[in-house]
Amino acid sequence: MEWEAVIGLEVHVSLSTKTKLFSGTASVFGAEPNTEANIFDLAMPGTLPALNEEALRMAVKFGLAIGAEIGKRSVFDRKNYFYPDLPKGYQVTQLDFPTVGRGSLAIALDDGSEKQIGITRAHIEENAGKSLHEDFYGMSGIDLNRSGEPLLEIVSDPEIRSAKEAVAYLKKLHAIVRYLDISDAIMAKGSMRCDVNVSIRPKGSTELGTRTEMKNINSFRFVEKAINSEIQRQQDILEDSGTVIQETRRYDAERDTSSPMRSKEFANDYRYFPEPDLLPVEIDDAYIDAVRATLPELPDAKKARFVNEYSLSEYDAGVLTATREMANYFETVACGSGDAKMAANWVTGDLQAVLNKNNWDLVESPIQAERLTMLIQRIKDSTISGKIGKTVFEVMLEDESEVDQIIESRGLKQVTDSSAIESLVDQVIAKNAEQVQQFKEGKEAVLGFLVGQAMKLSQGKANPGQVNQLLRKKMM
Amino acid sequence: MIEKTVAELSRSLSRREISSVELTKAYLERINRYNGSLNAFITVCEESALTQAAQADTARDNGQTSPLLGIPLAHKDIFCSSGVKTTCGSKILHNFTAPYDATVVSRFKEAGAVMLGKTNMDEFAMGSSNETSYFGPVRNPWDTDRVPGGSSGGSAAAVAADLCAVATGTDTGGSIRQPASFCGLTGLKPSYGRISRWGMIAFASSLDQAGPICKSAEDAALMLNTMAGIDTKDSTSADVPVEDYTAELNNSLEGLRIGIPRQHFAEGLSTGVEQAIQEALNVYRELGAKIIEIDLPNNHLSVSAYYVVAPAEASANLSRFDGVRYGYRCDSPVDLEDMYKRSRSEGFGDEVKRRIMVGTYALSAGFYDAYYRKAQKIRRLIKQDFNSAFQQVDIIIGPTSPHTAFNLGAKTDPIAMYLEDIYTIGVNLAGLPGMSVPVSTVHGLPVGMHLVTNDFAESRLLNVAHQFQQNTDWHRQRATAFTEGH
Repeated sequence: MEWEAVIGLEVHVSLSTKTKLFSGTASVFGAEPNTEANIFDLAMPGTLPALNEEALRMAVKFGLAIGAEIGKRSVFDRKNYFYPDLPKGYQVTQLDFPTVGRGSLAIALDDGSEKQIGITRAHIEENAGKSLHEDFYGMSGIDLNRSGEPLLEIVSDPEIRSAKEAVAYLKKLHAIVRYLDISDAIMAKGSMRCDVNVSIRPKGSTELGTRTEMKNINSFRFVEKAINSEIQRQQDILEDSGTVIQETRRYDAERDTSSPMRSKEFANDYRYFPEPDLLPVEIDDAYIDAVRATLPELPDAKKARFVNEYSLSEYDAGVLTATREMANYFETVACGSGDAKMAANWVTGDLQAVLNKNNWDLVESPIQAERLTMLIQRIKDSTISGKIGKTVFEVMLEDESEVDQIIESRGLKQVTDSSAIESLVDQVIAKNAEQVQQFKEGKEAVLGFLVGQAMKLSQGKANPGQVNQLLRKKMM
Repeated sequence: MIEKTVAELSRSLSRREISSVELTKAYLERINRYNGSLNAFITVCEESALTQAAQADTARDNGQTSPLLGIPLAHKDIFCSSGVKTTCGSKILHNFTAPYDATVVSRFKEAGAVMLGKTNMDEFAMGSSNETSYFGPVRNPWDTDRVPGGSSGGSAAAVAADLCAVATGTDTGGSIRQPASFCGLTGLKPSYGRISRWGMIAFASSLDQAGPICKSAEDAALMLNTMAGIDTKDSTSADVPVEDYTAELNNSLEGLRIGIPRQHFAEGLSTGVEQAIQEALNVYRELGAKIIEIDLPNNHLSVSAYYVVAPAEASANLSRFDGVRYGYRCDSPVDLEDMYKRSRSEGFGDEVKRRIMVGTYALSAGFYDAYYRKAQKIRRLIKQDFNSAFQQVDIIIGPTSPHTAFNLGAKTDPIAMYLEDIYTIGVNLAGLPGMSVPVSTVHGLPVGMHLVTNDFAESRLLNVAHQFQQNTDWHRQRATAFTEGH
């Protein structure tokens, strides 16, 4: 039987507000344990929450970016459970009236087509602290620095059909929140986390199978692996006439297997009720319009513009708009050099290869946009050949000097002086009498060999067009 | 001197008839003498009180004149006070010293008042007799075999026995008004949101409100002047301008429309109390007010709705007392669950546990609609009842409590205790300002009259109470066992 997977994702994104959601404490990553926790974060008796408006604005911004309905009246609720890193004994979240309602985003499929994935809702909530189970000799340490940081939980509709689509969705979300500058969304540091819901059903069926949930998966690759592993596990069970149990499973990326979590770890009745310490948040059209005015150009719009404005392929435009940094980099180079095609080739080719090889972020690249622009300009004005350009690029990775200085100091300047080229051509003709004869007898292909010889003689610096032209002229 | 009102003391202080240090010493001496038999204070701050008094005297010498400057007062032990133990009447906080001041506490500090100490209360303000305190029951100065009412019983007993000039309290279902009634005092619960709740340990967040327990309505106005106002630290504090609450005290009551709810003069009301309220109404008639019978048709639902909403909120509010970061932690827990269970079982008293269980139940899956949601609906109905009533009348008057102070240990059934607040609870559910004013005594025990008005109309409430006190002297009557020289 052919099976179809039904996948829904719940993504938590840490909002990059200056202070926490309710307490006014600075929201920073990596500080000494419990140094960024004030009396509210410690849930001292008598303390009360006061909403950080910046978090609300960021959530609205996200909602507008995915074309969602914005909740004009959102209500915070308490989600009750006991855990030492949850100091109040409840988490403040939004249950029935989230700030962001139904919206959607588009992902690109392998066949080049686009698919809309519905987003059920996105709500604002506070993060818990961290429990540290090592180094405390049979006890647990609690770090409340993270406690109360604002999160946006983004819930997708169960419209994702494969692990690949799930990753494409995640990457799109990642791009959007980074474009919006509302989160750094770094999965490795937990500022973007993903819970995955998976069920399978016979292809063509409209009924939903029993789903399982895997929580807190922290990389795109692990999401892909976890989903594939879970699809396979459910398929094996069903093909063996078994039944899938609805449960929360823990995915072990190293062994690529999952195991059920003890029922105690998730069998909670959260006893949600409206948070009486906060009034419902009411926003009007003027507020929403003001936020809308701050929206940057988003990945889809930018991609369409790149295709139009710079005549890029859909693929290149997609690669170049994957992150806002990359898009800005490309546009700086394209405009500075006046050659979008070359800029796109360099950025998606050589530059991307170097970034991948060294596992660098764009900001870490030793070749920033201004230097690549200069390199392309020197190729375009024939100071160097395209081939020497590659050499210069390699040097630029090691040497921070100006492009012109590198070309000059390493003697990489293209030879365009016609007398120098003439002497090269003469030498080649003199040394290769046989091939010259063949050319004269009409064997065009030999010309390439002779040009190659001249280039070799010049150590690649001669202008190949000039060499070609002169050779032809002299052999006529 | 110690029997005087704040307004009178303030005048004496400004005329230099007495210094704040002398006054503070006088109260401290009385606390030393009488607190043993009343148990009104959990903590007495002798040293810091004298320091503050000396500072107030210096400030006065330097030209400062605020009405509360140098006035010795006491705070209910529900308000966090930096560096001073704050217990909320519970074992679970018996060793807790707050690292910060509640907004109410800091406002009084800024006004130059002297904090004599922290008063006893029902544990987490859950009770109507002050018998649930971990620190033992408070006794009523009018008759020490009787309860002072609750939950602000310590504050009421302290003011009634002249152990302080005035005190703060909190009122979630009647916890200022009922003890004021039982102790012959003037107690004000302002509109919800009028006073910041920052630093006031939460019982039921949507109902809790701070207020003063005083010897007169004028004092209540002076206290409210200092306590009222929006606070960015409390999102539920109201952005409504603060008035000078003394400004309208002397307005005439000619033409005032007083509503008498039929439902508050029905079965369960003792004859002595009813008679006292009727006599008080005669005073108002003479002052030109009109008395109109009104209906609060859903009043009978208020206690039930309250005992869903308040415990539900409390069940979450009290989750933070888990033995992890502060307060009581059980001895040598074997694991996390053991620590939670034993710290909370050993740290909370029976009434608190009862309400946590009721609240947890009311919010649990499958019961939410039947309890919490329904209670919220009733709450809206009760608010509507008051809204309709205030279309016809300016103020609603009735008894604060069905009877006078009862004996310690007399009410062992929790439901009977809950019904203590039958006349006051609706006001909290509706968020309205309410007041209790002494209007008589029955068999030597004070009777309180309950006054309620519309949202943020505290000035009118205080005006109506003050006019009564200008024409009677019930508020001047003291518990004889503790009067000066006794």
